[in-house]
Parts: sequence; structure tokens; C-alpha cells
Amino acid sequence: MGAQPLMRIENLVKHFHVRLGAFGERAATVHALDDISFEILEGETLSLVGESGCGKSTTGFTLLNLHRATEGKVIYQGKNIVELDEKAMRPYRRQLQIVFQDPYSTLNPRMTIGEAVGEPILFHKLATKAELKDRIAMLLADVGLPPRFASRYPHELSGGQRQRVAIARALACQPKFIVCDEAISALDVSVQAQIINLLLDLQQKYGLTYLFIAHDLAVVRHISDRVGVMYLGRLAELATREELFEHPLHPYTKALLSAVPEADPAHERSRKRQILQGDVPSPLSPPSGCRFHTRCPIAMDICSKVVPEWRLARPGHMVACHAVTEGLPG
Amino acid sequence: MMMASDIRPEPTPKARERLLDVKGLTIEIETRNGPATIVDGIDLHVDKGETLGIVGESGCGKSLTMLSMMRLLPNKIRVTKGEANFGGRDLQKMSNADLRKVRGGEVGFIFQDPMTSLNPVMRIGQQLAEPLIYHRGMTKAEARKRAGELLKLVGIPGAEDRLDAYPHELSGGMRQRVMIAIGLACNPQLLIADEPTTALDVTIQAQIVDLVKELRDKLGMSVVWITHDLALIAGLVDRINVLYAGTVVEDAPVDALFDNPSHPYTQGLLASIPKLTDERSTRLSSIGGTPPEPGRRPKGCPFAPRCPLAEQVCHERVPSLEGVGQAGAHRVACFVAQRKLEAA
Ligand SMILES: Nc1ncnc2c1ncn2[C@@H]1O[C@H](COP(=O)(O)OP(=O)(O)OP(=O)(O)O)[C@@H](O)[C@H]1O
Ligand SMILES: Nc1ncnc2c1ncn2[C@@H]1O[C@H](COP(=O)(O)OP(=O)(O)OP(=O)(O)O)[C@@H](O)[C@H]1O
Ligand code: SF4
Ligand code: SF4
Ligand SMILES: [Mg+2]
Ligand SMILES: [Mg+2]
Repeated sequence: MGAQPLMRIENLVKHFHVRLGAFGERAATVHALDDISFEILEGETLSLVGESGCGKSTTGFTLLNLHRATEGKVIYQGKNIVELDEKAMRPYRRQLQIVFQDPYSTLNPRMTIGEAVGEPILFHKLATKAELKDRIAMLLADVGLPPRFASRYPHELSGGQRQRVAIARALACQPKFIVCDEAISALDVSVQAQIINLLLDLQQKYGLTYLFIAHDLAVVRHISDRVGVMYLGRLAELATREELFEHPLHPYTKALLSAVPEADPAHERSRKRQILQGDVPSPLSPPSGCRFHTRCPIAMDICSKVVPEWRLARPGHMVACHAVTEGLPG
Repeated sequence: MMMASDIRPEPTPKARERLLDVKGLTIEIETRNGPATIVDGIDLHVDKGETLGIVGESGCGKSLTMLSMMRLLPNKIRVTKGEANFGGRDLQKMSNADLRKVRGGEVGFIFQDPMTSLNPVMRIGQQLAEPLIYHRGMTKAEARKRAGELLKLVGIPGAEDRLDAYPHELSGGMRQRVMIAIGLACNPQLLIADEPTTALDVTIQAQIVDLVKELRDKLGMSVVWITHDLALIAGLVDRINVLYAGTVVEDAPVDALFDNPSHPYTQGLLASIPKLTDERSTRLSSIGGTPPEPGRRPKGCPFAPRCPLAEQVCHERVPSLEGVGQAGAHRVACFVAQRKLEAA
């Protein structure tokens, strides 16, 4: 793949400081992201998958400087954008959009759907007042909503309809890059298919780049060029779609792929999933060494002591695991 | 986490007892142009110990149907006809005091939108403890202990520490699992789960499905599971109802639905599921057009404007849900499917 990097993420760290105990008497740190490095290529769809709470949303937020990075860099158009303040960030805001996981909490309840979709268009002067109504209707139609929805309020919509409004609002900005955080997970499969087709069409037409956060591996496989697998705040593996699904190297990726359900009742009733043993460790006190060692079926002595290096194992295939020997010298 | 036994004995027909019986439920919304129908005389039922899956197009009325049963409908939306019986009592007519005992006690509810149903300024441990204190008479200390166990049960790491977190400090999937824990808190007879796993990864989804299976088999709990993920519930549910525009268009035992989907809408849904083996370049098939809006339903079959098989009769008359399989266990509301299955 000869594409240029759109964004370079270098050793990104994000910690949250929280207070525990009934009176908030104990301070603690959530290690949400620890030393993440990867590139997002121009015009690609890069998906992030991994267990709930592993830091996918935090990655999306921190990349766009919506959460302050604790350490590390995000290089976009030659600038480290995570050190910019809100004012300096403004020129980049339109280009870099996010569709939040929880659309209800991000749509203003007092704004109609039309106002919500139209606001960024007016703010960034992407259409005149006269064109606005048509533009809103077109965006709503793109996500499968009739134009009359423009006069409704968010609470008057079903869960899936709100999710589509959030997508329309992001597209309204004519962005370069969109973080889609579980953006289609509340949609029925038919509407989901329609939105996926739309996202792929827009990508082809305008060279859009997506960071796609999702848990549905069939969808991920369908739309991604590359896929990154996260575990407890770190990247475990990142590879092209074919590599990752045909040739997974990391034990966690292998377990994840074995859990994908299939639309076949007899098979589902009788299958034995390779469910990981042991509890998911807490990001308040992550395990030493490889964070997966407490649940890894092939963990060795070294795994609890030394953090495995994030390295290239095969062409276009990064991994962090002591047990993987591919790509090592000798 | 433990695996529940995967193969369940078929429920013997004699042992069946209705737990939830919804008949002719009609939900209308007040609009500027007068009332408009959202849910059109829906019939649903769940037997004791049975698990019913509900699928259907976004916006077809799944959430409102479930909310109406608990009398939790938003402003301007109300039930105008029909009844919803739970254990022989009509939920629509029950006193508010009785209904409060049912809500969150005998009937556990997992809402679709965790951010709007969790209280943002209350620690989640407290939110979990409340129903335990109210419905089960636990002391504060007992309830806190149980709340910690529940969080562990739904697979939240560092459960005891997380009791003191506020909702915004949790990831999307953790919030969703807090909702699941609240729904399960009081060992309900009926669990209504509205898209409970949309924010969860496949491994945790599988754990939650196994957990619900286990509780169902141990406590004889009945379950209504609303989802768009047919693959996920394939191994969990006994029966599936497919909803379209506020009516049930197909009702079938789970195997029959997958082996022999009969309604054109069901067929369209199954064809839209991306397969792990698909190529990236292939376009996903989707059903053209959009569902009718409340107040603008077509005269005949509600699916007719989008249906590839529509005939003249479809635009004139509304097909009723009729049995086509053995003993009428498989029912479909479609003229063409009924004719085909009768001929077969
Ligand atoms: N407060 C409201 N005011 C007006 N219309 C509403 C309101 N709440 C819901 N609706 C409409 O009623 C219909 C049914 O909504 P409901 O939430 O039951 O859908 P759903 O089947 O649960 O969809 P989803 O899968 O997207 O969650 C939708 O078309 C929605 O737009
Ligand atoms: N504002 C916050 N304050 C404290 N902790 C937080 C905050 N936001 C996230 N966290 C914690 O950071 C970790 C990573 O959360 P994140 O939301 O990134 O997970 P995720 O991978 O998106 O999970 P999901 O799939 O469930 O959405 C979690 O342990 C979460 O509790
Ligand atoms: S580094 Fe060790 S514990 Fe970690 S995934 Fe590899 S083998 Fe397992
Ligand atoms: S009744 Fe007619 S329009 Fe309705 S689903 Fe069947 S064939 Fe299609
Ligand atoms: Mg998230
Ligand atoms: Mg809903």
C-alpha cells in the first residue's frame, strides 16, 4: 500500500485520575492508553477492535484532542495536534470529525434534528442560508431518514435513528477524517448495510479516511483495509485485513476470532467458544509485563516481567508478543 | 466465566404457561395533524421459561412496545387499545403501587440507552443497590455487597473499585453492563432486554448470552431479547418475532426462521448480514426504500411499497398473521408466503 500517512501516533499515553471509596477518599489512576504507536494512512479504513474498556474510545478522543493526552504525539499535517489549545485547534476541527458511541448524550436536546445537522454547515460556511434546507434534506436522505425528521427533537427518535443523525452531522462538515465510534452498532442489518455502502462510496468519491471502532468482526472485515487489536490500553496487533483474519499472530486476536457468532442456531447451540480464562484485569492496576499474561494460554516466564516489543513481524503486520518469532533476526 | 450447558431439552408443550400476553396493543402519538399510529394492534406472548427474540427495522416500534408495558411511555405517546397481561394481571390497569413492585422486581428491564437511563450524578454502586433495597429489603451493606457481585457477574474488571465510579467514568460497554446488572439484580421472572449488547465485543457478548442462559435455566426466567444481531441470539432464543412498522410480520421457532424465512422482509434482513467471508469490494445488499412513518402507513400490507413480490391484493388488504408450519408454530403475515407454504 503506497498511501501517505494522514496521521502519525507516537507513544500516546492517556491516564485518568479518579477517586475511589464511598467518600472519594482514595486517589487512583486509570491506565486507559499506554504507549500506543501507529499510523493512519490517507484514504484508508483502519478499524480498532478489542474488549470493552480496552481504550478504543479513549484512542479516538485523544487523537482528536478531545481528551488531553498525558504523553505522546499525534502528528497531523506536520503539527503535533495534541499540544494545541482549543483556539489553535479550530482550523482542524472541521476536517477531523467523530461520531460518538452514545449519540443521545451528544445531541443537544433542545435543538431540532435539522438545526443539529445544519449548525456545522452554517458555522463553517459550507452552504448559504438558501441552500441549507436542501443540504440538510440530502444529508438526512443519505442516512435513510425522511426530510420531515428535520423538525423533530432527539428524544422523538428511536435509538437507531439518533445514531444516523449523528452520522449525518459528521458528514455535514465535509471532513477529511472521521472517527466512527460504534457508529452503526444500534442499527438493524439492513440500515447498517445501507450506511456501510454510503461510507464506502464517500470514501471512494472524496478520499475520506476512517478510524472505525466496532465489535462486529464481520462488519470490520467487510469495511477495513487494516485492523488494529487492542488489549487493556495497548495495541496487541495491527495488520492488513487479510493478514489479520487469515494469519493472526497474537494469542488474544486468536481468542477474539474464535468467539464470532454465526447466524446458525444449531451450530450456535452446540459450539464451544474458546472463552478466555480468568477475569479481565483492571486498568486501575494493569498486570506487569505483557498485559495479557494473566489470561494467555501460552504465557511464559518472561511474559510477566518484560513488556513485549511492538514490532514488525511480517510485511504490514505489527505485533507485541514474546511467543511470536516471525520476523526476528536469526 | 462458566459456560451454561449448551443443549437444552425441548420444553414439553404441556408444561407451557403464558407469562406475558400482549393482545392488540395499539400505541398512538399526538401530532399536529391529530393522532398517528406507531404500533398497530401488536400481539406478543412469552411462556414461562421461554426466550423470545425480537428483531425489526430501526424505528419500527420495538422500544416503545416494551416501554408501554411498563407504562413508561414518553409524553404525547399513549396506548389507545389492547392489553398486556403479566402473570394474569393487566399491566395497563394495575395500580401505580402494584406496578412499581413489578418494575425492576418481577420484571427486569435493560434499557437501550444507558446514558439516559443511568443517573449521571449518582455512583453506579448506589444505582445498583437501590432496587435491591426497595424490592428485596436488603440493608445498605448487603445491597453494596450484592452490587459488587453483580458487577463481577457481568464481567466488569475491578468490580469492587468500580462501584464508586460515576457513569461517565466508564466505557460504553461497561455502562451497558451496569444496565444489564440492574436488570438482573432482583432475579426477575421476566427479563426485557432492549439491545443489551450493542456496545460489547464478541467475547463479552458471548459471556452475557451464557449468563442469561444460565439464569434462565436455573431460575426458569423468561426473556424478551430485542436485537438486530440475529447471529448472536441464534443459539439463545426459542422463538423469534420479526417486527415491521409496528406489527409482527413473522413468528417462528428459531430453527424454522433461519431454515425457512418466509416473509420478504425477513428474507431481506437475513440477506443484509455481512459474512466473515465477504470480499471488501462486494456491496452489502440492503432493502431499498424506508419504512412508513407513523400516520402515513399504506392501506394494504405495510411492506408493500418496498416489497419485490407485491401483487395487486397487497396494496388493498392487510395480511393477517397466519400459521403455516406444523401445528401453526410458524406464522407469517404475507399473502404470497401463505400461498406458497400452503401449496408446499
Ligand atoms: N417521543 C417521541 N415522539 C415522537 N416520535 C417518537 C418518540 N419516540 C419514538 N418515536 C417514533 O416512534 C417510532 C418507534 O420508535 P421506537 O423507539 O420504538 O423504535 P425501535 O424499534 O426501538 O427502533 P431502534 O431499533 O432504532 O431502537 C420511531 O419511528 C420513532 O421515530
Ligand atoms: N472520563 C473518564 N474518567 C475516568 N476513567 C475513564 C474515563 N473515560 C474512560 N475511562 C476509563 O478508561 C478505560 C478505557 O475506556 P474506553 O471508553 O476508551 O474503552 P472502550 O475500549 O471504548 O470500551 P467500550 O467498547 O466498552 O466502549 C476504561 O477503564 C474506562 O473506565
Ligand atoms: S507476550 Fe506472552 S503473555 Fe503476552 S500474548 Fe505473548 S505469549 Fe501471551
Ligand atoms: S403481503 Fe404482499 S407486499 Fe406484503 S410482504 Fe407479502 S408479498 Fe410483499
Ligand atoms: Mg467505547
Ligand atoms: Mg429501540
